[in-house]
Amino acid sequence: MSTNKGWGARAFDWFEERLPIVSFIDHSVGSQYPAPKNLNYFWNFGSLAGFMLVVMILTGILLAMSYTPHVDYAFDSVERIMRDVNSGWLLRYMHANGASFFFIVVYIHIFRGLYYGSYKAPREVLWWLGIIILLLMMATAFMGYVLPWGQMSFWGATVITNLFSAIPVVGDEIVTWLWGGFAVGNPTLNRFYALHYLLPFVIVGAVVLHIWALHIPGSNNPTGIEAAPQDKIPFHPYYTAKDAFGLGVFLLAYFAVVFWFPNALGHPDNYIPANPLSTPAHIVPEWYFLPFYAILRSIDNKLIGVVLMFASILILFVIPWLDTSRIRSATFRPIYKVLFWILLVDCVVLTWCGAQLPEGLPLILSRVGTFWYFFHFLVLLPVIGWIETPRPLPTSISTPVVAKPAE
Amino acid sequence: MKLGMTSFAAAALFAVVSFFAASPVQAAGEAVELEHQEWSWDGVLGGFDRQQLQRGFQIYREVCAACHGLDYIAFRNLEAIGYSEDQVKFLASQYEIEECCDEFGDLFNRPAIPADRIPNPYPNEQFARASNGGSLPPDLSLMTKARPNGPDYVYNLILGYQDPPADMAEEIMPGMYYNSVFDGNQIAMAQQLFEDLVEYSDGTPATEEQMAKDVTAFLHWAAEPKLEQRKQTGIRVLLFTFVFTVLAYFLKRRIWADVKH
Repeated sequence: MSTNKGWGARAFDWFEERLPIVSFIDHSVGSQYPAPKNLNYFWNFGSLAGFMLVVMILTGILLAMSYTPHVDYAFDSVERIMRDVNSGWLLRYMHANGASFFFIVVYIHIFRGLYYGSYKAPREVLWWLGIIILLLMMATAFMGYVLPWGQMSFWGATVITNLFSAIPVVGDEIVTWLWGGFAVGNPTLNRFYALHYLLPFVIVGAVVLHIWALHIPGSNNPTGIEAAPQDKIPFHPYYTAKDAFGLGVFLLAYFAVVFWFPNALGHPDNYIPANPLSTPAHIVPEWYFLPFYAILRSIDNKLIGVVLMFASILILFVIPWLDTSRIRSATFRPIYKVLFWILLVDCVVLTWCGAQLPEGLPLILSRVGTFWYFFHFLVLLPVIGWIETPRPLPTSISTPVVAKPAE
Repeated sequence: MKLGMTSFAAAALFAVVSFFAASPVQAAGEAVELEHQEWSWDGVLGGFDRQQLQRGFQIYREVCAACHGLDYIAFRNLEAIGYSEDQVKFLASQYEIEECCDEFGDLFNRPAIPADRIPNPYPNEQFARASNGGSLPPDLSLMTKARPNGPDYVYNLILGYQDPPADMAEEIMPGMYYNSVFDGNQIAMAQQLFEDLVEYSDGTPATEEQMAKDVTAFLHWAAEPKLEQRKQTGIRVLLFTFVFTVLAYFLKRRIWADVKH
């Protein structure tokens, strides 16, 4: 009776005692999560990825309400969405381009981790969960691209599922099992739709674990050294405000593409209905798969190509141990820093190669690029850690680096 | 901070390069140089020219529709290119739709209504092929989005008929025609547009170029009917986002004012 709290606050306290979900969120991404104060804008891409996941799920659920997963109706139902469903064109363009922007954000997020050594102890499990999210995203994106049932949908699905035929002995049986028939057909489309709807929620689960694993050691930071408690600030309002600004900048780019170049990232052939009797001249995956496609096609042997393609992602699981340097941030690693940028260029080159026919210069570049990719992780990463002399580390993230070398 | 900005620029560059590396246009191999046209929908707010769309529809109706379907367009959609409800009703009533079924289980014909899709010239694919020497005239509803640089491609293809070069003259198969833009240069469709083939009701001289341009514009509307709505929504969304971003920037500066970093 004599409490001076209002009824709203009392109701809140009553609920919190029974289910402390608000304080749980506050501890996760709110005022009770202390983050290093020196995080630069590259640390924005984690929350941007979370934002895009929500955009994809929301637009996806709304699209699902008007989509028909059947080989005879899928293409028509997408056109129906584009023409007759209220704002259907907006939902579809946001969803289709959202996949591209989700990947852009996640790739930058991953390269940030590579640059600042965010995969190193004690963040290995956090890093693993990130790779698992990437793999789930790739599976989801691949199956989502099949759903409009255009020419690239059909032939992309045929090419990618056929990769499993490279498995010795049981390869062909596995492919038949994946298809649910003897070719990509209605059973394939149905199961891809079911899985395309399921996997995003698996991603949500993996993201929860990813954030949980983040909170055990806390965020890495651009110096890579441990942030002392006095060098940390509450995530809210500091990083919520910073991320809100970053989100605005990101949305400007995303919306520019959605509203003015909605088909620039897609392939024109996917506006031709799927036709099992007519193979497109040049089957290419979506741009975010191109580097892996280039690795796949860099080798004449199908099995080795498939193994290399999967290895190019799986290798990320072991880089916490392949990297023998205990210095996290490339800022203090003069040799690694150069190698990082070469790796980035390598990935851009592979992306370009993936869009070309595998012959002549693109093939040579694919081979050099594939070699360098694995050479970087398997040889250079361990060796550089031993021979490199790191620059002196600051004692705390508040102290400016001892003295900047004269430039 | 300096490092942050350089790497940010690099990341942006990475994104942009990936964007263009992914452009499927390069994948087309030895693509023909398409002569770029100025289109009414070029530019940030460029939309459609209703007069041009109606002229284009006239070309479709009097020329293309003999062989090509426009399966995703219903008569009611034509109100969007400037026809009145009554005009659309009248136009639809001139077409016949085969419907299943009367009380005896037989197919019967009825006049089309605005809710009907424009009927395809052929009842099925086999019939279409049999009528065209084995070739299937593709549906045109999405044609300008189903080819790289679609509008320029369609325009140039329509005008791409000429005498074959000496080294190809022998290779042209019977029933095929030389076209400088079509992949492989042999196309089953003969040249369709000739000067003054149609008489435009608005008095525009019906040159080959004019007709090709008008019908391409019409087909681009058919492929992307929400183009104007998209751009108008886009401007509002972008302005809103811009104001949000500016406010967020100053909010961030203010919140961070007490942090030394």
